[in-house]
Amino acid sequence: MRQPMSQRSLRLWSAIHKWTSLICTAFILMLCLTGLPLIFHDEIEAAFDTDHWQPAHPDGPMLSLDRMLRAALDNRPGEVPLFMSFDTERPVVNVTTGPTPDAPGGAMHFASFDRTSGDLVPGHQDGVMEFLLQLHTDMFLGLPGMLFLGFMGVLLIAAIVSGVVLYAPFMRKLDFGTVRVKRSRRLKWLDYHNLLGIVTVAWLTVVGLTGVVNTLATPILDTWKNQSLADLTAGYQGAAVPTPAEMASLDAAVAQAEQAAPDQTLQFVAFPGGGWSTDFHYAVFLHGNTPLTSHIITPALVDARTGQFAALREMPWYNKTLALSGPLHFGDYGGLPLKILWAVLDVITIVVLISGLYLWLARRQPAPRTTAAPASPQTGGAP
Amino acid sequence: MNSAPRPARRLRHIFAVPLLIALASLIGLMAALLGDGPMDWLSWLGLGLPVAAVAWAMGTRRR
Repeated sequence: MRQPMSQRSLRLWSAIHKWTSLICTAFILMLCLTGLPLIFHDEIEAAFDTDHWQPAHPDGPMLSLDRMLRAALDNRPGEVPLFMSFDTERPVVNVTTGPTPDAPGGAMHFASFDRTSGDLVPGHQDGVMEFLLQLHTDMFLGLPGMLFLGFMGVLLIAAIVSGVVLYAPFMRKLDFGTVRVKRSRRLKWLDYHNLLGIVTVAWLTVVGLTGVVNTLATPILDTWKNQSLADLTAGYQGAAVPTPAEMASLDAAVAQAEQAAPDQTLQFVAFPGGGWSTDFHYAVFLHGNTPLTSHIITPALVDARTGQFAALREMPWYNKTLALSGPLHFGDYGGLPLKILWAVLDVITIVVLISGLYLWLARRQPAPRTTAAPASPQTGGAP
Repeated sequence: MNSAPRPARRLRHIFAVPLLIALASLIGLMAALLGDGPMDWLSWLGLGLPVAAVAWAMGTRRR
């Protein structure tokens, strides 16, 4: 990039920018639009959560986890437990159940229980947010949908890189930030496209790349199970996934996990047979207590039949990458001001996408020329 | 190509401000991940710069 770009390489980068953008724009636009309310899903859910729930016995003792698990299974007869997680602000245990230990997301059932009474906590109806999240994650198409959106993210990265390369010839005679509003509509939107695109490069690259990593969650978890946990299942050939009746005490399993990692905090339990554990172990997930390590989870594995402690196993780099890709994609790790900035940058990205589409359309159907500007990079010949 | 005397400097000139904004954005993205309180403020500052640059350009660079 020391030499001014030759016409040939300019044409090549233009073609890359045009085609990668054209293919992914519709999907990235959908992701930007659905992502906008999702940034504020905590705030939106809290606003619609009108009933101020109180625990049955605010000062009463906490019931055991085994007791909570029984309450959850009584509530869903015939189902098996998949996950148990814990609210941080209130004495509430959340239990996800399903028809089988490896039930897909759509077949799972999520319910919350009062840890002071074992009673069901009325869940808030957030059907719209659920819908948006599903559309944003996989367009209701499961793993193929996720991977497809991941590929669209890869195209977005290619469009960003080629866009940065093309920025130079367009800006050779312009100062940073110049927007020529008085000459033609096309030129105005070209300048806005360049300005808004170049200032959001770093943010959009990070959000795009972490989004791609998030679409790889399933293969990453499968690899982790097959690589990192393989040795733990060595002695179990042919054994079935334990049924709830066969399972050892969950309280004892969690106590052993907390003892093995005294400097960490309990986050959730994955039951045997699902994507987050082996077929034979409770995976008790703990997280660190600094801002950075709070995103990193480490499982303690406990034999779900015998209750015997198996291992505390740090997750491999690819799981840690996945874990850190969560906050860096959602923007939910720096308070409300960060979320607002995330939303503004998201809206700017929407303008970049639509102006890019407009520039392509306006090029295809040339308007009568009011300003007799020859098409060249400096004056607005479109890529 | 043409007889441009200082192509490298031109490129440096073109990308000076964008590079500064990108670095500020990346520092902003990392800061809130690494700490709370002042680190959160740093992240707002870092990611506020691209937004401020747009506002500044729209206010003073339209012609």
